[in-house]
Amino acid sequence: MKKPYVIIFSGYGLNTEDETKAVFESVGATADIVHINDLIAKPSLLKKAQIVVMPGGFSYGDDTGSGKAYGNRLKQHLGEAIEEFLKRDTLMIGICNGFQIITNAGLVPGALLTNDSGRYSCRWVDLEVTGESPWLKGIKTLSVPVAHGEGNYYAPPETIAQLKKDGAIALKYTEGETAKHFKTPANPNGALENIAGVTSHNGRVLGLMPHPERAVRFTQLPHWTWHKEEYVRNGKAIPTEGPGLQLFRNAVNYFTSV
Amino acid sequence: MTHRIAVSSKVEDARAESLLRNLKTLFPQSALEGASYVQAYTIDAELTTSELQRAAERLTHPVTELSSIEKIPTPVFSYALEVGYLPGVTDNVGRTARETIEDCLGRSLGSAGVYSSYFLFLKGAISETEAQAMARELHNPLIERANVHSTTSDFKITVPRVELHEHTAVDEVNLVVDDAELSRIGKEGIANEDGTRRGPLALSLKQLKVIREYFAKQKRPGRSGNPTDIELESLAQAWSEHCKHTIFADPLDEVKEGIYKRYIKGATEKIRKQKGKKDFCVSVFKDNSGAIAFDEKYLITHKVETHNSPSGLDPFGGSVTAIVGVNRDCLGFGLGAKPIANVYGFCVADPNDTTELFRDIAKTQPLLPARRILEGVIRGINAGGNQSGIPTPLGFIAVDPSYRGKPLVFGGTVGLIPRKKGAKKLYEKKAKPGDYIVMLGGRVGLDGIHGATFSSESLSSGSPATAVQIGDPITQKKLSDALIREARDKRLYSSITDDGAGGLSGSVGEMAGESGGAQVDLEKIPLKYPGLAPWQVWLSESQERMTLAVPKAKWAAFKRICDRHDVEATRIGEFTKSKRVAIRHKGKTIFDISLDFLHDGRPIEQQKSSKPYRDLRNPDMLNRDLRNPDMQKVMLEMLGRPNIGSISFVSQQYDHEVQGTSVTKPLHGKGRVNADAGVIQPVFGSEKGVVLSHGYTPWYSALDTYAMAAAAIDTAVRNAIAAGASRDYLAILDNFCWSSSEKPERLYELKQAAKACYDIATAYGTPFISGKDSMFNDFRGFTVDGKSTHIAALPTLLVSAIGVIPDVTKAMTIDFKRVGDLVYVIGETHDELGASEISGFTKSRYGNVPVVDVKKNAKTYDAVSTAIQKGLIASAIGVGRGGLGIALAKSTVAGQLGAQVDVSKLPGNAKSAEAILFSESQGRLLVSVSRTAQKEFEKVFKGVSFALIGEVVQAASLSITLPDSKVELPLSTLTESYRSFFKQW
Repeated sequence: MKKPYVIIFSGYGLNTEDETKAVFESVGATADIVHINDLIAKPSLLKKAQIVVMPGGFSYGDDTGSGKAYGNRLKQHLGEAIEEFLKRDTLMIGICNGFQIITNAGLVPGALLTNDSGRYSCRWVDLEVTGESPWLKGIKTLSVPVAHGEGNYYAPPETIAQLKKDGAIALKYTEGETAKHFKTPANPNGALENIAGVTSHNGRVLGLMPHPERAVRFTQLPHWTWHKEEYVRNGKAIPTEGPGLQLFRNAVNYFTSV
Repeated sequence: MTHRIAVSSKVEDARAESLLRNLKTLFPQSALEGASYVQAYTIDAELTTSELQRAAERLTHPVTELSSIEKIPTPVFSYALEVGYLPGVTDNVGRTARETIEDCLGRSLGSAGVYSSYFLFLKGAISETEAQAMARELHNPLIERANVHSTTSDFKITVPRVELHEHTAVDEVNLVVDDAELSRIGKEGIANEDGTRRGPLALSLKQLKVIREYFAKQKRPGRSGNPTDIELESLAQAWSEHCKHTIFADPLDEVKEGIYKRYIKGATEKIRKQKGKKDFCVSVFKDNSGAIAFDEKYLITHKVETHNSPSGLDPFGGSVTAIVGVNRDCLGFGLGAKPIANVYGFCVADPNDTTELFRDIAKTQPLLPARRILEGVIRGINAGGNQSGIPTPLGFIAVDPSYRGKPLVFGGTVGLIPRKKGAKKLYEKKAKPGDYIVMLGGRVGLDGIHGATFSSESLSSGSPATAVQIGDPITQKKLSDALIREARDKRLYSSITDDGAGGLSGSVGEMAGESGGAQVDLEKIPLKYPGLAPWQVWLSESQERMTLAVPKAKWAAFKRICDRHDVEATRIGEFTKSKRVAIRHKGKTIFDISLDFLHDGRPIEQQKSSKPYRDLRNPDMLNRDLRNPDMQKVMLEMLGRPNIGSISFVSQQYDHEVQGTSVTKPLHGKGRVNADAGVIQPVFGSEKGVVLSHGYTPWYSALDTYAMAAAAIDTAVRNAIAAGASRDYLAILDNFCWSSSEKPERLYELKQAAKACYDIATAYGTPFISGKDSMFNDFRGFTVDGKSTHIAALPTLLVSAIGVIPDVTKAMTIDFKRVGDLVYVIGETHDELGASEISGFTKSRYGNVPVVDVKKNAKTYDAVSTAIQKGLIASAIGVGRGGLGIALAKSTVAGQLGAQVDVSKLPGNAKSAEAILFSESQGRLLVSVSRTAQKEFEKVFKGVSFALIGEVVQAASLSITLPDSKVELPLSTLTESYRSFFKQW
């Protein structure tokens, strides 16, 4: 089976391309980091891709609003090429700043407001899967980190109603294992209805604030040294994988499994 | 025509809410009820109505925002505060707005400015005086303007256009003057035509005479024997304490080679020799960062810098610059290392200290309040680090009244670089004659002029406002992507360095040393705005710039990459082998100095130190102050002190997960306690880890700087060991922040500290790989009563350790893990309460300062490393500030598990309850061990002093048995106290 090909956007302050590429490659994809200007110069590059990633980062420093300037640039110069890309049976994911970008570009509904704390927050959260998406196949809950200043999901009531009808509210913050362990609130940013991620295009496009690519190894967990004692004392081997990896496997399997 | 687009929120706006919360906290008596926020963009260009509409659309989120053209939308309000930047100050939001507008209009706005500002509409019956006071809280007059608008205001547009009417010719500076005038030139700067001075050159009379002599000897057609202003300014910069580290370099008493060569570099040379084949140093003390081997493919680099004086003036801008500046020390290592971790440290006054201080006797220039300095520097690293996509796994806040005048802001960056690309070593570089001199990144403005000479002086009313730069992390990130992702590995340039202190004069001067000369055409240097004099262009410290040597044949390919990444690259001259640096401007040579003189012409000063008198009273003084204290109360109060308590609000606002390399987080355990070390896994697919830790004990300087430096190193090493590192693969960095360094007594203290660096580092075998010093952390100004005052920062040494570990799954955290685990104290507890945290508490620093016993401690640390590698330890914490009592509390709170211990019989001479709990004896760790590992664990520690003191228990309390008393504290109370100091932040 041919490896699916992933294009990871970069430029203007996006910054999680390297780790995202490494994760995709570790689960059997080939991936390239491509500058948005190179795609603008040659939109046909997208024709080769099965998966497009709008990764996390700080495009344009969040100046004028997170994801706004990059989202505008994407929409203006690559709107049609992305539309063509999504007409095929492809997958797209927007992670954190990538989510902010694809909402601004109108690829998924809603908006990301400043966290209710008024401050950037980096910590782990628990998510429950509440919608259908190839990205989330077989996943019920997962724990991953967030790191953002503007992750407070908002959409007007009619949009929320539509999202619900479509089963497009894909991920919600929930009080799961890490929230209980650390006694931290489930919702890190005040997101409406605890929404952490939404989908469009029948689940093929997923936008989410948390970072699954930072939760692919056991030793990335915030309490792995605590869990490790349990394994060691019971004579068991320490796990190697983290909960976020399945998302990337799912994406690859979407193209490789028959 | 000037236009304005205003964007407001149509949904609940957390920015307004957060500003409202702050103002309500600061003005609890005011009738402030609500606030709303309007972002404004002022466009100083001709735009058609339809263009303006399109621009407004792009700047507005359709779901959550509304825009308004020309008019500021006004809600119900009593006063409105408008905050914008002063002319010429870096305006990142304005820049992005400009790019957005240009992108949507499909045309450039040329030289027209786009400026951001915001309006905060205040609701409630507040007075104008209150509104004015609130405006003062929301802006820093050195970089920003604030206008207060009443309900009748027409919200007139302010355009912060830079309009320079300065003299832009090149002047000759007459040095053939008497000594008094010559000294004045050195102290106050070159005289302008109107008699004002350009700002301190920080050149001594002796240095100026050497310069005078040099130029008198030059035979330059059509020129007198005087330097031009650009030549003199450039020499002042090149010879400054900030750049040449003269105090460390010049002879001090009997140390002819200088204390840097003997004690710092000397220690590393000795250690490397001793380590022989096990030497892991690869590039030390010669590049922008120091580098050690990570594995056969990669090197790890580290560098820690300070940015103190500017952070005192503009805490936010100063600290952004601290971090993005040190990132460039990483990008400027070899042919460019990728920044993979940032570390930070803030030495500040108690933020609750409300003492007012002024820079001038007329009291028109107040120092920012201590609280605002801390808030600002925290925000600066947040912006700089987060926006750059570099994780921040480690940092600290240290508090002492001596940091009230000037804060110390430490920023460090760890880098990763492949050893080779093809046959080319990426960690070596050399500009070649014929290479283009290329300036990359930002443009040049008046930012930071005299920065290098300024930081060699103390903070006073003469401190120039232009000394403040504000970093622009995104411009730098673009530059970093272009270099690290593409140009470096295509080998398109032969050398690179950072434009830091002294700007181009520093970087080009340094690289000219590699090739053998340089020829620059000054008018080719791109400017932010017109009107700069040549010397200003050459010395400007505008940020986000690097200088590269690009071979002519590679220029086209290099330029193409930069264009694609939207990074400005400009050829400004050529490297030569003329042995001179020469600058042309409008067809005339305005600068021509031999490399020898530029770099090595500085006259060497013989420095003399003298032993300070110390009032060392009877150590029993302290114990008398503490007689029969309520130990439970003391424990809780200690936990609530800012030197000990949680700074989780800082740790959590700095992204430590980006790049996916995090192994142990800044906060450990269920109870989220700040750790003094962090571990990252920098290479995807490799099990190897990098341990980072810090050590600082500036308080001991009040008694003995040798002991201070020794303890700082011991602490950094101990913290790294506790996290899983071992002594045989551990390097350290030194950052000296001294004060009043012109005084022989302070030089004596410096020499003692440097000597300790040598003694301790060589004993532990931990080489220094990089370092930096900042010698004048003094404030000279006035109190509220108009009395002159001098605040000298405690002589401070920050030691940063970096080590490589073979397997990240062995990394250790500080939290107690399981009920029933045994608790041990490793090392000896002596009566060493001098300058300890508890002594600061009683306002008495007297007592025995902790003494480092390198032989015993080395054995202790090796045993701990062995035990961790064998998997025998469940938790480990270095016993540091606050002593054993605090270490016990931290492991308990972190694990959210109780402990029952008896510390009445510890190894060491501590006998009193306060000494046992709060002595800061070095070389100690507190560890927990599962019962099944007890036997093997104790075997490893044969020959090391240790005590089994108790166990981790289910009961939610910490119970400590002391010789004549007992401390029993509920876990919830401990946790609450630990989190109390910064609870409202």
